[in-house]
Amino acid sequence: MEPKRSLKFKENVAAYLFLLPSLLGFAFFIVFPIIGSLLLSFTEWNFLTGFKGIKFAGLDNFTFLLSGKDEWFTKSMLNTILFALVTVPVGLTLGLLVGVMINKYVYASKLFRVVVFIPYISSVVASAVVWMVVFQPSYGPINSFLMSIGIDNPPKWFTDMKWAFPTVMAFHIWQTLGYNVIVFMAGLKGIPNELYEAATIDGANEAKKFRHITIPMISPMTFFLATMGIIGSFKVFDSIRILTKGGPGNETTNIAYYIYREAFSFYNMGTANAAAWLMFIIIFIITMIQVRQQNKWVIYD
Amino acid sequence: MSARIKISKLLNTLLLGLFTITMLFPLLWMLSASFKYEVDVFNFPIEWIPPRWNAWNNYKEVWSSNYDFPLYYLNSIKVSVFVTVTQLLIATMGAFAFAKLNFKFKQGLFALFLATMMIPDQVTIVPKFMLLTWLGLIDTHGGLVLILLFSVYGVFLLRQYMMSIPDSLIEAAKIDGAGYTRIFIQIVIPISKPAIATLAILRFIWTWDDYQNPLIFLNSKELFTLQLGMSQFASQSGTYYSLLMAAAVCAVVPLLLVFIAGQKFIVEGITSGAVKG
Repeated sequence: MEPKRSLKFKENVAAYLFLLPSLLGFAFFIVFPIIGSLLLSFTEWNFLTGFKGIKFAGLDNFTFLLSGKDEWFTKSMLNTILFALVTVPVGLTLGLLVGVMINKYVYASKLFRVVVFIPYISSVVASAVVWMVVFQPSYGPINSFLMSIGIDNPPKWFTDMKWAFPTVMAFHIWQTLGYNVIVFMAGLKGIPNELYEAATIDGANEAKKFRHITIPMISPMTFFLATMGIIGSFKVFDSIRILTKGGPGNETTNIAYYIYREAFSFYNMGTANAAAWLMFIIIFIITMIQVRQQNKWVIYD
Repeated sequence: MSARIKISKLLNTLLLGLFTITMLFPLLWMLSASFKYEVDVFNFPIEWIPPRWNAWNNYKEVWSSNYDFPLYYLNSIKVSVFVTVTQLLIATMGAFAFAKLNFKFKQGLFALFLATMMIPDQVTIVPKFMLLTWLGLIDTHGGLVLILLFSVYGVFLLRQYMMSIPDSLIEAAKIDGAGYTRIFIQIVIPISKPAIATLAILRFIWTWDDYQNPLIFLNSKELFTLQLGMSQFASQSGTYYSLLMAAAVCAVVPLLLVFIAGQKFIVEGITSGAVKG
């Protein structure tokens, strides 16, 4: 009995020593910030006033944000939802289309796979800077082209009240397409060829095979990408900060940008953290709904 | 029949080729503009092959002491390499404990780790900012590195891989008198090399690409990483677009090289969440 117990003790000590750096990191940079931000969300605090300035505010931040009195917050919320509603379906459809084509219907598939992935792997900042120049309203190549084919007043893209948000969404779709393609292709590779062969013998055409074999077989990837895509649209920050800073006006703001602006431009730490928790609650609810729906339409073999 | 399939495959290849070229348009334009004289950059119709080459001078200028670009580059390398190496060490050790050792509160701790993975950065960013302020580490590379050192994702990725190491291998080593440190270094690390490589490549790319954290935690120009430097360069008035594009090319090239070298690992890493098993 004795030696066995001491062995167990030794294993416990070893395990905690191996875990120590992780536990420290977890405590200081994850647990502490989570608790801290939850507490701050119930306060009114301008960071510049120091700790003396912290005032307990109860649920004021939350009721203020949800009351619609903060125009930037309301716009941010609406934009975030619109962003997910547009970029996720478009990104998934394009990703599946390109993935299926690369997988089976084209030559030089290896080359395509690399090329399609390039925008995703290129740095967001560099890509965004290039897009800004390419879509430059008065002398950028896109508008030069549009004017050359007779469109006299082409959109001003990132500085255009009407076009700024669609252009930001286009950038996001462009930037993440490679990721969708790679994940879909991993799924397509896993579909056994016999399924298609059997369908061919039964006289199914390509469209039928796609509808009845490909779509159901890759549903786990579709589910994964949809969940990640929706969560991803809530977190979009880099491109908005570089391309538009939320403008013109507040046309292109979103929830992640709102939190940044509230915290680090205005130092309103209370509202910033309350908004962050609202963001998390929404992400949580969406994930839970999707996990529950998953069993209905996702087929795991 | 087979000729018809060949023709349709050829047509599809052309179609997809057209699509990918359109997709690459901004990046191709960037490359082309970086070779040109400033006055030729916006010539229309687009001259994909520059009529007059100025590539050497553009790149030389970007890398000269007139701009802080070399400094930003060095800062990015410093931060990315340091974060990657340290995080690998921390994550490998933690993953080993979770995958192969038995200890009190193991299941609970692991569940707690996983539970926090869904929480977005936006929730934790303000307290992290306060923490660094208290420690006097705002606007230092040390502070930025500290913030990025630990990630649950790293522990999780490696733990999943290490679970597949047979327990018998570890038991045998124990019987031979090996301690946990030796088992870790001589058995677990060598077997886990593919997963460690995946994490190393992904972490390097993500740190190199990171814009939000440097933006919040750094203020001084001489500490800027490449991404901050680029966005600052772009927002200056009177920017030379040929130089800006040359700088952008230099920012993208290391990522492309890492991608080409580690393609297999990257694809495995980012699809591991989607593919079961």
